[in-house]
Formats: sequence, C-alpha cells, structure tokens
Amino acid sequence: MGHYLAIVLAPLIAAATVGIFGKSLGRTVSHTLCIAGVFVAFALSSYTLYSMVFEGAAGFEGTLYEWASSGNLRFEVGFLVDRLSALMMVVVTFVSLMVHIYTIGYMHDDPGYERFFSYISLFTFAMLMLVMSNNFFQLFFGWEAVGVVSYLLIGFWFKKPTAIHANLKAFLVNRVGDFGFLLGIGAIAMLAGSLNYAEVFGQADQVAAQTLTIFGDTAWNAMTVTCILLFVGAMGKSAQVPLHVWLPDSMEGPTPISALIHAATMVTAGIFMVARMSPLFELSTTALSFVMWIGAITAFFMGLLGLIQNDIKRVVAYSTLSQLGYMTVALGVSAYSAGIFHLMTHAFFKALLFLAAGSVIIAMHHEQDIRKMGGLRRYLPITYVTALIGSLALIGFPGFSGFYSKDVIIEAVHASHLGGAGFVYWVVLLGVFVTALYSFRMFFLVFHGKERMDEQTRSHLKEPGWVVTLPLVLLAIPSLVIGGLTMRAVLFDGYFGNAIVVDKAHDTVGHVAKHVDSVLGFTLHAPMTLAFWLAIGGVATAGYIYLLRPGIADMLQRRFAAVYRLFENKYYFDRVYESGLARGTLGFGRWLWRVGDETVIDGAIVNGTAKGIGVIALIARRLQSGYLYHYAFAMVIGLAVLLGWLVFG
Amino acid sequence: MTIGIEHFMVLSGVLFTLAVAGIFLNRKNLILLLMCIELMLLAVNFNFIAMSRFLGDLGGQVFVFFILTVAAAEAAIGLAILVVLFRSRRSINVEELDVMKG
Amino acid sequence: MINPIMFYVLAAVLIIAALGVITSRNPVYSAMLLVLSFVTSAALWVMLEAEFLGIALVLVYVGAVMVLFLFVVMMLDVNVEVVRGGMTRYTPLGILVALAVFGEIVFVVWQKRFGDTTFVTPPPKDADYSNTEALGAVLYTEYVYAFELAAVILLLAIVAAIMLTMRKRPGLKQQDIGAQVAVDARDRVRLVKMKSESDQ
Repeated sequence: MGHYLAIVLAPLIAAATVGIFGKSLGRTVSHTLCIAGVFVAFALSSYTLYSMVFEGAAGFEGTLYEWASSGNLRFEVGFLVDRLSALMMVVVTFVSLMVHIYTIGYMHDDPGYERFFSYISLFTFAMLMLVMSNNFFQLFFGWEAVGVVSYLLIGFWFKKPTAIHANLKAFLVNRVGDFGFLLGIGAIAMLAGSLNYAEVFGQADQVAAQTLTIFGDTAWNAMTVTCILLFVGAMGKSAQVPLHVWLPDSMEGPTPISALIHAATMVTAGIFMVARMSPLFELSTTALSFVMWIGAITAFFMGLLGLIQNDIKRVVAYSTLSQLGYMTVALGVSAYSAGIFHLMTHAFFKALLFLAAGSVIIAMHHEQDIRKMGGLRRYLPITYVTALIGSLALIGFPGFSGFYSKDVIIEAVHASHLGGAGFVYWVVLLGVFVTALYSFRMFFLVFHGKERMDEQTRSHLKEPGWVVTLPLVLLAIPSLVIGGLTMRAVLFDGYFGNAIVVDKAHDTVGHVAKHVDSVLGFTLHAPMTLAFWLAIGGVATAGYIYLLRPGIADMLQRRFAAVYRLFENKYYFDRVYESGLARGTLGFGRWLWRVGDETVIDGAIVNGTAKGIGVIALIARRLQSGYLYHYAFAMVIGLAVLLGWLVFG
Repeated sequence: MTIGIEHFMVLSGVLFTLAVAGIFLNRKNLILLLMCIELMLLAVNFNFIAMSRFLGDLGGQVFVFFILTVAAAEAAIGLAILVVLFRSRRSINVEELDVMKG
Repeated sequence: MINPIMFYVLAAVLIIAALGVITSRNPVYSAMLLVLSFVTSAALWVMLEAEFLGIALVLVYVGAVMVLFLFVVMMLDVNVEVVRGGMTRYTPLGILVALAVFGEIVFVVWQKRFGDTTFVTPPPKDADYSNTEALGAVLYTEYVYAFELAAVILLLAIVAAIMLTMRKRPGLKQQDIGAQVAVDARDRVRLVKMKSESDQ
C-alpha cells in the first residue's frame, strides 16, 4: 500500500516544492524535481501493472483516511487499484513524463518556467487521485482538481486576453457538467446510502428497481436518472456535444498541456468514469442509448469541423473531440473495454500529434497557421516521421495501434442492438472518412507541397533539440505497436476482470471476439472492411485536393458558402452560448445589482428605512411646537382618551 | 331632594372641566395657566372632602391637607419660575415661548 | 342634613366665579374671582363638616397663595390689552374636549348610581365634635411620615423659590468671608530692611 501512496504523493511533493520555492530553486532544480516525481510515479505504476498482469497480483482496495463523516455518509481517501486503474495510471504517468521532458525544450524561453512544471506535476497528482479513487468523493475531488489545474494552465499566459477568456470558458462549461455530476453523486448517496464504489455497486440492482419522481408526476427509473446525470459530468469533462465548446479554445494554452490534458488525460476522465461505473450503466439501456447518441453526434460533427480549421492545433483539437466521441460511442454500446483500449491508444498517438505540432510551432517561431507552412519534411525529419506514424494511427491504418481500437469499436457498434445502433454504425463509418480527410489535409499542407512561409522563417527552420524530439520518438513507439501487442489481452482475454461489468445481453465486444481468431488475422482481414477503404479514400482525397488541385478546395468553399459559414461558426454553439447564456446571465446579474441590490436593498430597505424614519420624524416633530398650550392641550386630550377608555372600555 | 354625594361629584366634575377648558382656551397668559391648575386642585379637593364625609373616613380630609400643602409649594415655585421667565423674556405671552420647538 | 338651597346657591356662585376666572380679560380680575371661588369652596366645605380644612383653605390659599399670585400679577406689569384675545382656532375643539371630559365624569357618576346602601347620608356630627381634634389625632399617628414629608416639601419650596429668583446685583460690594480667612500673612506684609533714621 505504501507504494500506491508514493505514486500519488511523489508528483504532489514535487509540485508543492517547485510551486513555492521555484524561483529560488532555479530552473534546473525545478524541472529535475518534477521529472523525478513523475518518473517515480511512472515506475511504480508500471511495476503495479506488471505485477498485476504477469504475476497475477490481486490489486488493492482500501480506505486510507477518513476525512469526515455525516450521518451514514463517509468521506474518505482510499485507493482502488485494479486492472482498469492500473492501465490508466500507466498511461497517465507515461504521457505526463513525456510532456515533462518535452517542456524543457518548449518552455525554454518562458518566464513562468517553474510555475509550469509545478502545475503539470500537480495535474499528474490530481489525475492519479481521480483514477485511483475507490469512492465518489475522491473521484469528485480529483475531477474538480484537474479542472482547476486545467484552468490554471489554459490561462498560463495570463496577460493574453484570449487565454483568460478561454480558461474561464473551460471552467464554466466544466462547471455545468460538474453540476450534473454532483446531482448524480447526490442521487447515488441518496439511493445507495454510501459513496464507496464497492458498496454502491453491491446495491446496483436494488437501485435499478426504484423510481424517482422529479418533475410533477412522471416516474423515472432511478438508475437511468443517476447514470444520465453522471454522464452529464462526463460530457463536460470529455467535451461531448453540447458541452464541447471549451476544448478548441483551450488551445490557447501552451502545446505541452494540450497534449497532456486535452488529449490524453483530463478529457479521458469522463470516459474512465463511465467505464468504472459500468455496473451501474449496464442496468439502464436508456442511459446507454443516450451515451451512444451523444458520442455519435460528437464524433461526426466535430470531425467535420476539423476540415476547415487553419490553425494546426485546432485541427488536432477537433480531432480529439471526434475521437472522444468514438470512445463515448463505444461506452454506449457496452464495449467498455474497447472504449478504454481506444483511450489508451489515442492517448499515445494524440499526445504525439500535439507534441509534433508543438515541434513545428517551435521551428516556425510560433507560427501556427498551416496555410503558411508547407514542405516542412525536408527541415524537420524526425517530426515528419513521428507525425506520419501518429496520423496513420489516428486514421486507423492497419498495423498501427489506432486501427485495432477503432475498428473494434466500429464492429461493436455493428453488433449492438441498442435503438438506432444501425444508424450510428453508418455515422461512425463516415467518421472514418472524415478523420482521414482532415488528418491528411493537415499533414499534406504542413509537411508536403509548396513552401509557403516567408524567407525569414524558412532560413531559421531547423529541428528542435533532443528534449523535444525524444518524447516524440518515445510516443511514436507505442502508437505503432501497442495496439497489436495488447489487443488480444485487453479486449478478448478478459483483462479487465471484475473492473468492468457487461450484461450478457449487450456484450458487443464478446460478440466481436467470436469473429476474431487472431490479431494477425484481424489485421490481414482489414482490406475486406469498409472502414479501411473509407480511410484510404480519405487520404487519397486529401492528397488530390491539397497536393494536386488546391483550386478545388477554394471552389468547394465558394459553392457551399453557407455550409462553410456554418462550420466556421462551429454550428453557432459559441454564438448561442455567449449571446444567450453568457450575456443573459450577465444581464441578470446586472439587473440583480441595479434593481435587487441598489434599488431594493440599498434604496428601499436600508436608505428607505432611514428616510422613512426621517419622514415620520419630520411629521412627529410638529408635535414639539414649543408652545406650552399645545402641550397642555395634548395632555388634556390624552387624559380624555384615557378616561374614555377606562370608563367605556 | 336630599343633597347626596352625586351632587358634590358633579360639582367637582364641572369645576374640573372648567379648569381644563381654561388651560387650552387660554392663549396669552401664563399666570392664568397656574390659576387653572389651582382650580383643578380645588375640584379634586372637593371630591375628597365629599367622599370623606359620606364614607365617614377621615383619610380623605388628611389627603386634602397634603394636597393643600403641595399645591401651595407648587404655586410658589411656579410663580418663581414665572418671575424669572418674565425677567429674561419680558413677556408672559404663551405664544412667544417656543424656544423648545423641535 | 345639608340645606339644599344653601348648596345650590353656593354651587352657582362657585361655578360662575370659575367661569369668570377663565374668561376674564384682566388677570387681576381673574385672580380676584379665583379668591371668590376659594372662599365659596371654604363655605361648602364647612357645610360638609370639614371645618378645619375650610379655614385652612381661607388662611393658606386665599391668604397666602392668592396674595402671592396678586403680587406677581401686579409686579409683572403685564400689558392688559395685549394679554387677551386670540381664542379662535382651538376653541371648538377645546370645548369639545372639555365637554367630553365632563361627559365621562358624569357618566361615571350616573353609572355607579350609588345606592342608598353604600352612600347613605350620615347623621350630622355632635355639637362638640372638633374636626381639628379629630384630624390631629389621625395626622400625628397614622400619617406622621407623610406629615414630615410635607414639611420637607415646604422647605424645598422655600429653597427653590429663593434659588430661582435670587440674582446678584452687579457692583454691590459684599464680604467674602472665605477669602478673608484664607489670607496669608506673607501676601499682606513685606518686611523691608531700612537704615534707621536716627540722629548721629
């Protein structure tokens, strides 16, 4: 148990030390400390995973510390280390370690160097607390903590107004999701009487038998309501439609964190949470349908937006949104293991793509517009190769890791019986085409073709140093091989054990497993699938348009101007949110201030009382006329009244 | 008809009423105010004496004794105040005395 | 047995005198009419067998208090023409209130309607009944404490009256005994050494 605590505390101690003493410790000590902390976490996590997979260790479940208790509810700090969390731990710490090393190069000239390291180590701590938690309270703590650190990091360059706008947007949109999440946790506390996973899962069947009456007379199934509420939290954190608006703007933050937080780890917290809650979700097909549909919408429509982005990071951001949609779809069709598998492979190749983009940005002296790039493969060879590997993994080219995870998802959707699954199957297939199209559009525009940058930038183009390229290489390796190597174990041989519960009726992965005899066979079978040809078609189309006939792109843009405008405005989500919700809330706040606070409270209640007293006093003062006979008169009248009351009353 | 206690009580009531009326019908003269107070006390004394007579209790008369004492003292002091007031204001016109106006 | 005619006559005089007090233009007239009302009251009190108090009323009230009133009225040299008038605004309301008070008093008397059983007219006292003696017997035994207090009140009145009206006249030379006694010899006498003027 001690080493689990070390996994969590090592990054925390590093973060705290560097955060407080960073300036006096200096750059080298700071980054060494943080990298050491994360390395310790990574080493111990790998050891944990190794011992669980190869030595059959049982994992750990226990409470370390009871923070508070209220009635029957206990708020504890505890760890649940099983196959699912061990896998997440390794992924998180590995990507974090890569990003830490990469940051040495990327943030080299930044004045906030130590602060950045402190933040990313803190993030690692928070994310680990989230995945290792054994109860909802700690999960929520980790959830909020990663949100806070994300806010801090998106707004890292806090003097940029766009960065501040973006970090506030991220936090607020996440808040909306967290509200649903909290309601879900509250429902669980109310229905199951406990926050501990084991206790809640044990009562899952009883909860599913109950109904809740929320609005008026309609009775809703308790489990459906709870699961949907929990998923709302996942929608916020994992940026599903309609709570996705913060992710593209989060590209305001430095590229390393785009890789760490908004590709590999934080955004996957939602996916992880739903997988962890599989015992609950399996009991409500309504919730699962909801999950699937949201995922499908996100996967397809966000992919479409990636087609028209001109900022290199935005393309990868929309790609992330789309792939998160795929993971969500997998969860919806009860293919939890496939979803987590895709989470893992995606973490590697998406982090790789972000870091490669970062490498390009460094080389281009912080130019991010892909229209001003081109032909960079001559100048940035390592970046070029690793980006190619990442892109091929992303589009699901056979042999690369993304292929295994993505195709299993597509097959699982095909095998699902959920309402509308057939339609969703076609949606995710089309998504493959779109994914290939936008990825290779970006790839060709950046690395191939005519060089469109100015002479000044071109003369300075050179590959960044090893601190930048080493993580790229180290991430490219799993992007290449991890899919093939682990697919059988993770998906078909019951790697997850008791961590993931799937109802027999919708065991889609099991169904897919029946048709796969070997990994090699699955790989070679690929050219028979529609998905493969769609991917190839996407690449070919991208190559044709952007390498051979650039004019077609402009022509299409003119012909379908309305559609283009729709895409450019991101389906007007931002517009609606900003003018409707944001401005509405601000207006309401202003109304409350002017009317509620100033007029009612200050004016009527506070000043009004004083003024009222003044007015009454003004009238009452006339009684004090100073004239004796007035006083005498008053006395006599009083006497008369008193007598009257005594006599007649 | 025999003079009973009612007669005396009504008489004292009338006196009292007259004195009360005198207080606020009096506009100008402060001395008149003091005189009306004396009349009121007289009315009350009347009541006491009548009660004492008809109830056979001497306590009423003892009370009148004390009322007389106090009334005399009060008249003396009141007049002294009046004199001082007149010295400073040169007027006993009630309408001109409004320094205590709030 | 009180003679009804006596009562009504005296009562009428009393009421008219009181009316005159409050409606008279001249404050001296008001004072004199007040004297009349007091004397009439004294007569009525004697009729009620409270002889001591009747005499005391004449002696104390008429003899001392009213004289005091007259002193002040004369001394203040009030401008008679200015003094009267201006009964306008509050008169109706005032009369109304006065009538209300009167009505209430009468109402009480009427309501209670003392029956003969409670307020029987007692028999007149004997010829050698001394009201003074009877009062004295009660005053110095049961009410001695109140008596002493009354004495203190009178003392108070004297002191207060003097305190209020005494004024120091400027320019009047007076002895300040306290200062005289507190003198120090050294402030008065200074020994100076001088050569004696004796012939050589």
